Amino acid sequence: MNAPFEKALTDPLVIGGQPFASRLLVGTGKYRSLDETARALDASGAEIVTVAIRRTPLAGTNGEPGLLDVLPAGRYTLLPNSAGCYTADDAVRTLRLARELLDGHDLVKLEVLGDPKSLYPNMPETLRAAETLIRDGFRVMVYCSDDPIQARVLESMGCVAIMPLASLIGSGMGILNPWNIGIILGDARVPVIVDAGIGTASDAAVAMELGCHGVLMNTAIAHARDPVRMAAAMRHGVIAGREAFLAGRMEKLPYRAAASSPQTGLIQ
Amino acid sequence: MAEAVAHTISVNGQLEPLDGAGSVGDLLDRMSLREKRIAVERNGEIVPRSVFDQTALAPGDRLEIVIAVGGG
Repeated sequence: MNAPFEKALTDPLVIGGQPFASRLLVGTGKYRSLDETARALDASGAEIVTVAIRRTPLAGTNGEPGLLDVLPAGRYTLLPNSAGCYTADDAVRTLRLARELLDGHDLVKLEVLGDPKSLYPNMPETLRAAETLIRDGFRVMVYCSDDPIQARVLESMGCVAIMPLASLIGSGMGILNPWNIGIILGDARVPVIVDAGIGTASDAAVAMELGCHGVLMNTAIAHARDPVRMAAAMRHGVIAGREAFLAGRMEKLPYRAAASSPQTGLIQ
Repeated sequence: MAEAVAHTISVNGQLEPLDGAGSVGDLLDRMSLREKRIAVERNGEIVPRSVFDQTALAPGDRLEIVIAVGGG
């Protein structure tokens, strides 16, 4: 492992055999500048950051820095995605290009969309792509619907992380169906990472309190009024939620109060 | 028309003259892309960096040249 892992991690997130200290995964899109991207990533404490793969401009870039130029070399585990792909074939091609681009890096975020308005995943195409990629040696983290059966199938195929949406990509609507996420968590033996739909720090905390192993987000940070500050808020939200989950919350008593102060020894 | 097509390749969906570029490496040099962090696909197959110079270009080839950009 690299230098950051010299100290044994107390509660690592292990993805495809690789341990991470941070349970917050962040995207790199939609920022106002590359400088803001770099500062928000830094504030988030994230170790895994997603990138997209796109055609290079043929007119050249006039020497302007690209995304990979502003991310400190070796600091982040890059997670290339297949965002924008609507077929298994396109997703597989995109991620093969990503592996070549990143010198053989095989950890990828598979995403096959079904509809441009909702960006909802096309699960039959996602399954097809996952099968091909896994056969081809990729470690696949998969964006998927919050359907527990689909999640189970993806895990049995060999995906290294199941990443159900909390709500639509970029919607900021939070976790619409915590019960489905709970069912998925009950069955899963690989990390379940809520991907898409987080709006603010409490959403991230709720996901972690449910028992999710991590949270992946982009717009909630990039489109906050102050992205760098929100990145820090998300970092704390994820830590708070994880700690609360591990601590085990108190029982809910909806119909009966329970005083916290002694009920004896009051002055007369 | 046939003549024009015979001497062009498609790069990122755009027709480009071959202009004497014999290999993928030649084309990347011409476009000042060789030193960039890119990946290349030719006719649907990855072209590993190690064989840019050995991979010949032929009229009608379809190339995709990609980079990493911000995304979620």
